[in-house]
Formats: sequence, C-alpha cells, structure tokens
Amino acid sequence: METSLILAAIAKPDLITFIAAAAIVLAGAFGVVASKNPVHSALSLVMTMFGIAILFIEENAQFLAAVQIIVYAGAVVVLFLFVIMLLGVDRREIFSREKLRGQLPMGIVAGVIALGEVLLLAKTTWATGAKASTGPVGNSVDNVTRIARAVFSTYLLPFEATAVLLVIAVLAAVYLARRVVVEHNEEEEIAVAIPEPDDSDFGVSISTADYSEDFENESDEEVIDL
Amino acid sequence: MGQDPLFLGHISLGVVLIVVVKVLVAFVALLVSVLLMIWFERKIISDMQNRIGPNRAGPYGILQTLADGIKLFFKEDLIPEKSDRFAFKLAPYLTVIPAFLIFTIVPIGGTVHIFGHVAQLQVADPPIGILFLLAMSSVAVYGTMLAGWSSGSKYPLLGSVRASAQMVSYEAAMGLSVAAVVLITGSLGTRDIVNSQMGSFFGIFPKWNIIRLGIVPFVIFVIAITAELNRPPFDLTEAEQELVGGFHTEYSSIRFALFFLAEFMNTISMSAVIVTLFLGGPDGPNLGGPAWIWPILWFLIKTGAFLFFYVWVRAALPRLRYDQLMDLGWKILIPISLAWLLLVGAMQVSKVYGFVLFVVFLIGGSVLYRAVSIGRDNDSDVETITTFTRIKFNDETSIEGSNEGDN
Repeated sequence: METSLILAAIAKPDLITFIAAAAIVLAGAFGVVASKNPVHSALSLVMTMFGIAILFIEENAQFLAAVQIIVYAGAVVVLFLFVIMLLGVDRREIFSREKLRGQLPMGIVAGVIALGEVLLLAKTTWATGAKASTGPVGNSVDNVTRIARAVFSTYLLPFEATAVLLVIAVLAAVYLARRVVVEHNEEEEIAVAIPEPDDSDFGVSISTADYSEDFENESDEEVIDL
Repeated sequence: MGQDPLFLGHISLGVVLIVVVKVLVAFVALLVSVLLMIWFERKIISDMQNRIGPNRAGPYGILQTLADGIKLFFKEDLIPEKSDRFAFKLAPYLTVIPAFLIFTIVPIGGTVHIFGHVAQLQVADPPIGILFLLAMSSVAVYGTMLAGWSSGSKYPLLGSVRASAQMVSYEAAMGLSVAAVVLITGSLGTRDIVNSQMGSFFGIFPKWNIIRLGIVPFVIFVIAITAELNRPPFDLTEAEQELVGGFHTEYSSIRFALFFLAEFMNTISMSAVIVTLFLGGPDGPNLGGPAWIWPILWFLIKTGAFLFFYVWVRAALPRLRYDQLMDLGWKILIPISLAWLLLVGAMQVSKVYGFVLFVVFLIGGSVLYRAVSIGRDNDSDVETITTFTRIKFNDETSIEGSNEGDN
C-alpha cells in the first residue's frame, strides 16, 4: 500500500504536490477567518503564504516563491505581529453581532461571483490573450535571469517608479512616527526639541498572550517601564 | 545551469532514495555536530577562563551534552497557565526547522557517483539558492517572536521584541552583502557560487570571494550573521541581568532543549554559509589520496575555524547596549554595504568607473562624516527621541544622558 502510494507520488508528482499545497492554502485561509485570536489568524496567513510558495515552485516560478516567503511571510506578517503585540489589539472580538445589515448573504453572493470569475478566467484566453502554461518558456535561460532581464530592460521605468514610491513611503512613515514637541528655551534662545511628556515615564503598554475571558476587564493590559 | 544532475534524467525510485539518504545523513551529521559544538564551546571557554570545564562524562567530558540532553528529556514539561498553548507549542519547531533547512543548501563537497547516478554532496541545489537562506532566516524570526509572546509573561516578551527587531534590522545588511556575492557570481545557486571561486590569482592567492570582493562584504556579513544568530556580543535577547533568560524563560524540558538545539544548529549552518559565500566552500588543494575526500575535509576545516571564531568572540567581547546595536546596524553597516554593492557593480562595468566611484565615495563619505560630527557637536543638547527608539530604549543611562544635555 505504502510503496504503491510512493510510486504514485513519483509518477504524478505535480498532482500530489498541487493537492497538498492547495490543502495547505485552503486550511490557512480558513484559519485566518475562523480564528478568534488575531495572532492565530496571522499565523494561518503565514501558512497560506507557504502553500502559495509551494504552488509557485510547482509552476517552476522559483524566484516568485522565494520572494513570496521573504516579503510576505518574512516581512509583512512579521509587521502585523509586531503591531498586534505592541499595540495590544489581541483582544477577543465579538463576531456574532453583524456590523452591517445583511453582511452574511452579501458576503456569500460576492464569494460566489468571485469564484465564478476565477473559473471563467481559467477557462478562457480572455485575460492575457494566451492560455495559461506551466514551466519556463525555454530551457536555455533560467527563470531568474529572464525576470532580471525583463525588470531591468522592458519594465525599467515602472520598476524605478516603484522604488521611488517606496522611498517616499518610508520617509513619510518616519516623519509621521516622530513625535517631537518643540519648546522654547528662554535661556539660550534656541528651539530645543524634547520628547513629549508621558504619564508613565517612558512606559509602553504591551499586552501579552495573557488575555482573560472577560474582555471588559482592562487589567490584563500591562504597563511596563522599559 | 544551476540544475542538479541527479534530476536531469528520468526520476526513478533510486533517485528518490538518494535524496532521502542525503536528507537523513545531513540531519544526523548536523545533530552530532551540535553535540560536539556544545562540548567544544564549553571546553574552549573554560580554557580561556582558566578553568577545567566539563570533564566527567566520557573522555574529556565529550559526552556531557548527551547527558544534558537525556536529563532535559526527562524533566517535567511545564506550560504556563496564562500562555497561548498553541503558539507556545509551535514556537520551538519554528526555530529548529529553518536552522536545519539553511544547512541543506550548503555544498559540503564535490560530486560523487552512486549506483550509476551523479550526486552532488549537498542536500538541495535550488535555482533560487541563496535567496532560500534569506527566506529561512526571515522565517526564523517567528519562532523567537511567538515564543516570547505566547509565554504570557513580561520578560520573555521583552526579550522576543528585542530579538525580532534585531533580526529584522540586520537582515538588510546581510542581504546587501549577499547581493554583492550574487553580483560577482552571476547566479543565485550555491553550487555556482562555489564553482566560481575555484582557481587562483597568480597561482598563489585563492580566487575566493573574500579577496575578489574586497574584505568589506565579508566583514559585514559576519557581523550581521552574528546579530542574526543572537550570539555574543549581540545576545541582547538573553541578557540575563535584564531579562531573566530571554524569550525562552518559561520553557522547560524538551521544548527548551529544542531552542538550545536551534541556536547551535544555526551557528553551524551559518558558519557553513559564510564558508560557502566567501571562502570558496570545499575549494582547496588536493594533497593526495582519494579525490573526493579533500573537498569535504577543507570544508570541515574552514567551518570549524569559524565555529572557533564564534566561541572566541563570545569569550572576549562584552555585550553591546541596545541603542549601540541599532546604530551599528542601521547607520553603519547598511550604508557601507550599499556603497560597496554599488562599487562592485561599477567594477563589473569597467575598472575605470569603479576606481572613480571609489574615490568619489571616499571623498563623499569623509565630507559626510565631518558634517555629521560637526552637527553633533553643535547641537548635542537637541535630542530627538522618536517613538521607535522609545519603545526600544531600555537603557536608563542614555535617557539620563539626553536629559543632562537639555540643561
């Protein structure tokens, strides 16, 4: 039985890999929606990212797979976790009460439409004008080289524009994060920037996994002097 | 190009078996070398501190780690009541698995012929090669982060916030120095990187990347790796005086052992990666005997030298302060590695370009340094503390220092 399974896996590696990866992606996606705890949701998201990376590898898009892990799993979700841990939004939320009227049926309708759209696109050559194909276009040059050539020749302008946009975003974020109060110093007649006075001297409220069942109780948020 | 010769033909059961055997051998070898590494580290440090060190279990105490491991296995496994049980149990595995996976891309020798197949002495040679290292080291952040958070306790959380901030910051410098290697090799694959370093200049100097790239990316990579590993002098994560035990304070028994295992496994894997990227991997002269054995021996010697280096650094250097650590990463290592990457690129285009750029960098850098130091002297009393540093700041002295400056 087991040897025949292994033989089947060797005979049809693509199919087995696809089924396993798709199961991982779906389980992760379900976990994101279903978990009560935001940290568990973020972890499920990481699982989905890994499943998608496996799918990319199966399609011979190794570079995309690596970027998927480095950027999404390694940077974006880590930042999510930082925010959740440092800002303490890991309180259990109430999902039983709908925020919008008719949220559930509308969601189902939207989901069905999206699924139909994906199926339609997969069937037709409408989106890019070419049928979906797997594997590299030719065996002479590998994928990474192809992507590099495309990015630094054909798509150079969009690439550079994206880079500039990212630099602007970083600068803006740093500028917004600076909380500096400029006070007038009478003795030396120069503007001295001092940190904004804080109630708890340099205290940062950090919440841990310790959330009690009654979320109205605010005592589970701990103020730690750093 | 970058293709494992094992997978070129028809993939039969034999090929699958070879792959399985390679994975098993690598895993067992790594585990055994972790056992030896812990003993080695304790022995060397005790020599440097003029004491004896472990000397009871086995000859020269070489079985001490095994005894400790068995003891840890049979200790009571505690899970704190206020912990997040799922993440608490998951975290140790998230640190061990990337540590092992990093080792899989390292070429430890040449190629061998087994049962009519040509097999490379490395577990995997993916086309993305060294990007896999970056991916795995960014995944390793999760283990540390979740371990600290899920413990439901203050000190582990502070330790894990420190650790993950540190790992994320130093990844940039690490990636940039890896980019210099990739630039000169023209390929991401680790096998290609090693092959491009074979040969020598004038028959004397080896054509290793440490010489070809100038020594700068190598130094930056070693520093960034040390920070990435949370090893001394960058072991802020487990600063005992401040944080009890760091992010694994609440762990006991086998889960604690897994963190310990991951730390040493990472040290070995990263030493192997340094050797691969900058010291030619298994490259070295053949001194007679069977041809396949010398590359492996050279690889082991070079990796062992780096392991000794790490132990030495641990015994010799005091721990950095947190703000010094962040300054070193963001203000020194990243700008230098960026400039050096540009320089390597210019040298690839033409030597004239490269030297002109080098002079420009030298002049520009010294002007910038002078400007910054003048600016610092002029308004040393103007201290701006951003929210970012306020979260990270844990050093009372620097905050007091800034207050003195205000008056």
